Amino acid sequence: MATTHADLVAKKPRRGLVAVLMNLRESWVGMIGLAIILFWVVVALLAPIISPYDPLAIQTPFAKPGSPAPDGGVFWLGADHLGRDVLSRVAWGSRTVLIYAPLATFCAYLVGILMGLMAGYRRGWIDILLSRVGDIILSFPVLLLYIIAIQEFGRSNLNIVIAIVFGSAPGIMRIVRGLTLDIREREYVAAAQVRGESNWYIMLTEILPNARGPLIVDACLRLGYVIITIGILGFLGLGLPPPDPEWGGMISETRAMAMIFPHMTLAPAIALSSLVLGFNLMADGLRETSLKD
Amino acid sequence: MMVMTMLIVSLLLFMVMEVNIESVAIKVLGQFSTEHQRHLWLESNGYYRPGYVRYFEWLGNILQGSFGYSVVYKIEVGELLWPRLKNTGILAGLTLAVVVPLSILLGVLAGMREGSYRDRSISIISIITASVPEFCSATLIAWILVFSLHLLPGTSSFISGFSWAEMVMPVLVLVLYDFGYITRMTRASMAEVMQSQYIRTAQLKGLPFRRVIFRHALRNALIAPFTVIMLQLPWLLSGVIVTEYFFAYKGIGTLLLEAALRQDVYLLEACTMFLVAVAVGTQAISDIGYMLLNPKIRFK
Amino acid sequence: MSQDSPLLEIENLHVSYWTRAAEVPAVIDFSLTINEGDTVGLVGESGCGKSTVAMAIMNYMGANGSIKSGAIRLRGRDITQLSQNEMRILRGNEIAMIYQEPMSSLNPAMTVAQQLMEVPMIHQGATADQARSASEQMLSDVHIPDPSRIMASYPHQISGGQQQRVVIAMALLANPSLLLLDEPTTALDVTVEAGIVKLIREIASKYKMTQIYISHNLGLILQTCERVCVMYSGQAVEEGSISNLFSQPKHPYTHGLFNCIPLPQTDKNDAPLIPIPGQLPLPHERPTGCTYGPRCRAFKIDVCDQQGIPYEHIEETNQHVRCRRWSEIKPNDLIPDKVAMENAQIGDIVLDTKNLSKHYEVEGTSRTFSTMLGFKETVALKANQELNLSARHGETLAIVGESGCGKSTFAKVLLGLETSTSGELTHDGAEIGRISVQERQQTQLAALQIVFQNPVDTLNPSHTVGAQVGRVLKKFGISHGKIDTREKTLELLAKVKLPDEFYYRLPRQLSGGQKQRIGIARAFAGKPTLVVADEPVSALDVSVQAAITELLMEIQREYGTTLLLISHDLSVVRYLSDRVVVMYLGKIVECGSRDEIFEPPYHPYTEALLAAAPIADLRVKKRDIILEGNLPSPLDPPKGCPFTTRCPRRIGDICDTTPPEEQISADGHRIACHIPLEELSQIDPVFAITE
Repeated sequence: MATTHADLVAKKPRRGLVAVLMNLRESWVGMIGLAIILFWVVVALLAPIISPYDPLAIQTPFAKPGSPAPDGGVFWLGADHLGRDVLSRVAWGSRTVLIYAPLATFCAYLVGILMGLMAGYRRGWIDILLSRVGDIILSFPVLLLYIIAIQEFGRSNLNIVIAIVFGSAPGIMRIVRGLTLDIREREYVAAAQVRGESNWYIMLTEILPNARGPLIVDACLRLGYVIITIGILGFLGLGLPPPDPEWGGMISETRAMAMIFPHMTLAPAIALSSLVLGFNLMADGLRETSLKD
Repeated sequence: MMVMTMLIVSLLLFMVMEVNIESVAIKVLGQFSTEHQRHLWLESNGYYRPGYVRYFEWLGNILQGSFGYSVVYKIEVGELLWPRLKNTGILAGLTLAVVVPLSILLGVLAGMREGSYRDRSISIISIITASVPEFCSATLIAWILVFSLHLLPGTSSFISGFSWAEMVMPVLVLVLYDFGYITRMTRASMAEVMQSQYIRTAQLKGLPFRRVIFRHALRNALIAPFTVIMLQLPWLLSGVIVTEYFFAYKGIGTLLLEAALRQDVYLLEACTMFLVAVAVGTQAISDIGYMLLNPKIRFK
Repeated sequence: MSQDSPLLEIENLHVSYWTRAAEVPAVIDFSLTINEGDTVGLVGESGCGKSTVAMAIMNYMGANGSIKSGAIRLRGRDITQLSQNEMRILRGNEIAMIYQEPMSSLNPAMTVAQQLMEVPMIHQGATADQARSASEQMLSDVHIPDPSRIMASYPHQISGGQQQRVVIAMALLANPSLLLLDEPTTALDVTVEAGIVKLIREIASKYKMTQIYISHNLGLILQTCERVCVMYSGQAVEEGSISNLFSQPKHPYTHGLFNCIPLPQTDKNDAPLIPIPGQLPLPHERPTGCTYGPRCRAFKIDVCDQQGIPYEHIEETNQHVRCRRWSEIKPNDLIPDKVAMENAQIGDIVLDTKNLSKHYEVEGTSRTFSTMLGFKETVALKANQELNLSARHGETLAIVGESGCGKSTFAKVLLGLETSTSGELTHDGAEIGRISVQERQQTQLAALQIVFQNPVDTLNPSHTVGAQVGRVLKKFGISHGKIDTREKTLELLAKVKLPDEFYYRLPRQLSGGQKQRIGIARAFAGKPTLVVADEPVSALDVSVQAAITELLMEIQREYGTTLLLISHDLSVVRYLSDRVVVMYLGKIVECGSRDEIFEPPYHPYTEALLAAAPIADLRVKKRDIILEGNLPSPLDPPKGCPFTTRCPRRIGDICDTTPPEEQISADGHRIACHIPLEELSQIDPVFAITE
């Protein structure tokens, strides 16, 4: 051969996640979103190191932001009604969110993608059955679903994840089904069928990679929404059990006194909103750049 | 189709809630009731009959509007439900009255000239407001309007009857959170229509730009947002739980929350059935509306 | 005929698009003069800038395109200097446009009446009543039957041909001076196209309309225009009258284009097509000097690569050429030495069908009591009805027909994507009609492959070229192991004339022609015995079509494969096929060898098809046959002959009531018509070649 294998490999275009992120460079909106997300990821990873105090340690109640702490340090964001350092609690709270939200979303996607592919590609009774089930679940007020589920089955991290998977999967299934219905008409799918490829090969290798674009955008948006949901559950008192710091719980615990001491409520509120904003901005950036492809 | 969904939902709901008759008795009579008391109560309320009999009786009652007895409030569910529903209806109505014109206007303005500064700023604002969950924005708004500026009352419980002042904050919170999504959907639809070939035809026919927008573009661009708006209705009736709770607004959201948290069986069943009915109903209306609006489907 | 007063003068026009990366010149130094009453053709392949010229005339180039320099004078007035508002008054009023896809060009949410009436109401201040009657009058002027019904319809309720007539009516309503037609018939069936072409000629003569006809099809240009301008990569390379340009093209590109078209005197063995070598340069990579230079067989160093080649005016023949060497080049310089091919060996029958039928169950549209209750009524859509055809080893069999004739359905049944409803279908001796693709053996699958029409969707955008071809090789056991697969894939790439580096390319980095080559490589990877080619070249540019057609033939010859060519393009069919089957509304109406089909006796439908196909040769005189009426709905086909609703030779009620018997002549030529064979043989041939 005139060209060596190495020559060929050198010309390989970048694909997959790397390509997606590289493309994102073209959208400043997306880059800002990514920056916010990375900021929180770093905070979550380094929470034990950057928190000045134990988030559960009770020190000076109602300390104002910037006021000195008993041991000589500073309460950068003040202390809450029980005297716990707000900064440390916000930092540790980011951990819970950034573990469970992506986990729940990822599991929901697994389920939703499988169901959507089967419904969209196989059609027939599978489609009818899955679509009906999806419709039924979606006609429930979602929040109610979560509340009832957690009431019945108890407050735990696992239950929250399962509830979110249950509540999100039908929506994902609908999107994947729609994409599958569209892609299955393309000629390269027919080419695969004419080769005698198995159904699963076609669904996973021919169809799914081409649904990447809209699904990645949806994933970011949905992550944001799941984070809000976890926040709401925490706010309503149904989230992860105390006293582990959780942003939603922090807001509900302190809002009665927010009149005089706004810092302890505003800090987690801003933290939560900024994280969701990060995902929404990144989703918008991804959508913009995917259109340019 | 609607009917079947409702039936299945009612069946599932009934099964989850009332299959375990022991737990029903506990919920009604309280944790500290004795087994004997529960047994007596179950017997006198016909709980030892077979499941399907109870189910159909319950279904029949629901359809006739007799929803049972609230454990927590100790009155007929019906008496609780309707006033609360009315309140939430007012809240939802006001919200929609603001959100729909606002988002359609903004969405059309943004989509009309895609990529312009106007478009970008509207999009960014929509994303930001949709990122702030209601309980966060409510906190912020309450802090500004109530505690700092002392403009509005802190809660919205209508203690002294209907009051516009008390409506402002809940509606504001809902509008802020909700308008972003509809705006973006409208924008996307409008932008897509503006790129279409028939708009090019209209422009090359020499029509004034206003006419192109109003007579040619909007008619097609508003079909998708219509469906989206219709589907906001069930969300507004149930997703407002957080906002109602925050402002202590006596609507169906707070009712639902309490029922769920305090295991008020019949109340919960009734509320859920109602909300599901609304969801299924609006879905059906939305489908029919879409069919009517889209000439490709309506005519042949 | 035409007075010599120019209506439109385009002088040294430069149009560019501005992307974030760079300026992309789309039209370079373009000049053209159009006299009143003339129809001038603008011809070229994709990327040549012809549509951009039209948009520049309308000054409607989108957000990032604009006229960089040059002038466009409409009756002496430079319209590039007008404000958008002044331009708006011109649009639709003085200059009107007709588009390529009529369905997308009409607003789906407005009735035809609303869209038509707007024009006189806005431009002429007409009242609603005046506008309505003017619109109805115009609809009947463009030969739409039952204008009042069409007025009340929505665009999706009328056929493609009617939609285009509506667009034409809309353009004519303001009585414009100049009509721009951008590929107006590309999206239409051949027989419908012929009707629109006739209408366009009528408009030219009746209204003395000045028209610019943009097309990639030289045959259409021949039928409609008096003068023509050829564009290549943004520049005008030649311009002249039809008779001059078609008989003696001066620019090598024009010459090359004519050699790419399967004209009647070409033959796949004796006088094959001569593709233009090389590729269209990317807009930002144009070579210095002559843009066509790298691909020109008469290229001379230091002459053709020097900047500033003038657009010369040749006084005697009133032509323009952009070539330094045009007077020195002899036609033979441009044609490579011909290698005559032998006829392929044709063997035994490999494919045979007997009364093959395929019906689809679809929801009926009738409203009866039971449908109201929700019971679904199904109606049979008879996509294929009792097909009898056969193909031999090494042969090329063409299936010809327009949309809705059932040729794609037949391909699906053959490949197993659908199963037959009744009848037999045997391949290599095995009955496969009722065996779906999932149940077929590996060897059967490898033996029956397909090349698709649409190069855009033919390859999976997420996998590399090498992976996709390699997969086929591995699946059919042609190669074993990674290294073997890679080597064999590279061999296949070489066979379809693509360089090794394409192995790791993604489909979005390939052009349409390159993608189609990979599609061919993929189809032939498993060494099939029969390949279905479903309109393999219709979505490609003319010069690319020639290259792909030649490639297909080469590979077919090498592998000895039977080729089932599905096409609506009769020129390609005449060039490539040995035998032809003509289908209409699910039935075979004529079947025979290539020569038998193209000469009398004809089935009346074949006759109309042949008359409708545009031919880019001045010497060929065609008869004029326009079909009236619409294609019947496949849900409710006529009880008798399927063609009876539109047949110009319909003899009477027998055509409506009784399906015609096939008349078989001695050499196996079959025609399904009630008119006796002797009478059909007496018909004048559709085309005659005059010297």
